[in-house]
Amino acid sequence: MGETIYWPSFFFLLCATLACAFAVAVLLATNIVRMAFYLVLSLSATAGLFFLAGADFVGAMQLMIYVGGTLVLLIFGVMLTSQERFVEMKTWSGDWVFAFLIGGMLLMILIPAAFSVPQWGGLKLADSESMVVQDTATPLGMGLLGARVDQLVEPPDRQEHSGPLQPGYLLLFEISSVHLLVVLVGAAYLARAKHKKS
Amino acid sequence: MAIFLSNYMWSWLAYTIAALVHVVLILNLVAISALVFIWLERKISGRIQDRLGPTRVGGKFGWLQTLADGLKLLTKEDLRPEGADGMLFRLAPYVSFAASMASYIAIPFAGGAYLLGAAPWAAQHINVGVFFVLAVLGLEVFGTILAGYSSASKWSLFGAMREAAQVVSYEVPLGMCVIPAVLIAGSMDLSLLGDRQAGLFTNWLIFHDPFTFIAFWVYFTCATASVNRAPFDLAEAESELVAGFHTEYSGLRWSFFFMAEYGSMLSVSLLASILFLGAWHGPLPIADWLGLTAEHGRIAMNAGKLLGLVNLLLKAVVGVSVMIWVRWTLPRLRIDQVITTCLKYCTPLAAVMLLGATVWQYQFPGRNFFGLTNVPQAVFSLSEGPPQAAKSGNPVTKGAPVAKVEKSKMGEGA
Repeated sequence: MGETIYWPSFFFLLCATLACAFAVAVLLATNIVRMAFYLVLSLSATAGLFFLAGADFVGAMQLMIYVGGTLVLLIFGVMLTSQERFVEMKTWSGDWVFAFLIGGMLLMILIPAAFSVPQWGGLKLADSESMVVQDTATPLGMGLLGARVDQLVEPPDRQEHSGPLQPGYLLLFEISSVHLLVVLVGAAYLARAKHKKS
Repeated sequence: MAIFLSNYMWSWLAYTIAALVHVVLILNLVAISALVFIWLERKISGRIQDRLGPTRVGGKFGWLQTLADGLKLLTKEDLRPEGADGMLFRLAPYVSFAASMASYIAIPFAGGAYLLGAAPWAAQHINVGVFFVLAVLGLEVFGTILAGYSSASKWSLFGAMREAAQVVSYEVPLGMCVIPAVLIAGSMDLSLLGDRQAGLFTNWLIFHDPFTFIAFWVYFTCATASVNRAPFDLAEAESELVAGFHTEYSGLRWSFFFMAEYGSMLSVSLLASILFLGAWHGPLPIADWLGLTAEHGRIAMNAGKLLGLVNLLLKAVVGVSVMIWVRWTLPRLRIDQVITTCLKYCTPLAAVMLLGATVWQYQFPGRNFFGLTNVPQAVFSLSEGPPQAAKSGNPVTKGAPVAKVEKSKMGEGA
């Protein structure tokens, strides 16, 4: 009955506007804690976009890693280390010009790229209604193990002859995580308080 | 519900009302439970300390005491320290409260997930619910840190720093204790996790094997610490820090911090009940014996769900009561002891429990109750994912059409 508001579009625009507005606020703020606060809001709005796209897992990841990570950054990176002169930060006009130049160039590359993908064009609502929402975390995890459940195009009888699965990203993932762990341990070792012999 | 309503009115109104119903229900659950828990806390602490607690307001047992307190708080002057960062100081309580309330969006209050077309009673059914709740619960500390920083008071800043260090540390074992339950159920979907434990209490995941039994207690300890309750309430240690991060707050803003605290206490207890204590299934399957299942029609099914809701809330209230009991029994730890408890005891314990539960599941697949009983057959059909029936009962989520677009794109790309 009556006219229909297309709610996903409405919430998409709301979240996108919030994300952009708070991103600008990060730039314009001078107090470093306020900057972090705006950054958290901007990242949360981005998480909202992910939830809107049905990517619950990525959205929760965004909340946990980026929003939670900003929190840790704020505490340990900013509040404990920043001295008087870094708490209030002023941006010089030279910085503005430089930032606009680089940011504008990136934007000029990104916008044509985004519009050049034909599948990202306007899809009819009727097309989207017929599809089924699936688990988002399961294909991600299976893809990490090498089984691309989203790309099963061959008929089932061919799968028996296709041999072992593709290696996937699990080994690479493990190598990089062990590498990060070693870096963390090294950083903690270097930064530990050194006791003087007395 | 939105679709049902849109037959009778404009669809924008229908969607708004459907959303508002969820919001109002959750808001009232948090607010009223805080009302009850504050009274309960005063009563229990009184009894533990051989006092009576509140007795006068509202006739018997002083059950309206919290309402009187609330009225008193409303009339207090809204103070702000001179050196404070005004905007952040005003916003901090709301950040805390919003984060605490947001976790309720994903918590299902009664299940029957996907069974015969029944949708779980959740504001928004998220298929990685456990992960979402954990992620959001970790954000509550942000309000505390903002409050501590913006108050321009050293006591507040000390409290906030302690809280930050504590919550960041305790998130690790907390997450690790949740994983065994997720592994056994094979899903991060809270409603599936709950229905995995249907039937007798022997199917509860706390009794699945010795490792999950210990993991539950580690979870409860870490949950107590992560919601900043005694004996881990270092952020507001009144003997050394005046009142910690909310030293400078008064009136309604101060009470928002308390609503947030009681809200998160309830939500971690709800999560514990869903993960380990059989969720909305009682110790005995009384709803099944009475015939309150989906086979006997809609009314019977919803009556069964109502029973499940009562079950879940009862378990959660018991969990909160245990937290209150612990608070008034144990002395407060020192900050180094708090961190030691986390890093030297809880984290290794949680890791061993995770390993043990994995090996147990590998050795005795399909066994429940310390390997003594078999997993009921009905459970195996649960992990198949949402069948067609789930779509008809579930109110269409706002994000769903866009999600479908994503899928169709992937299909075209492949």
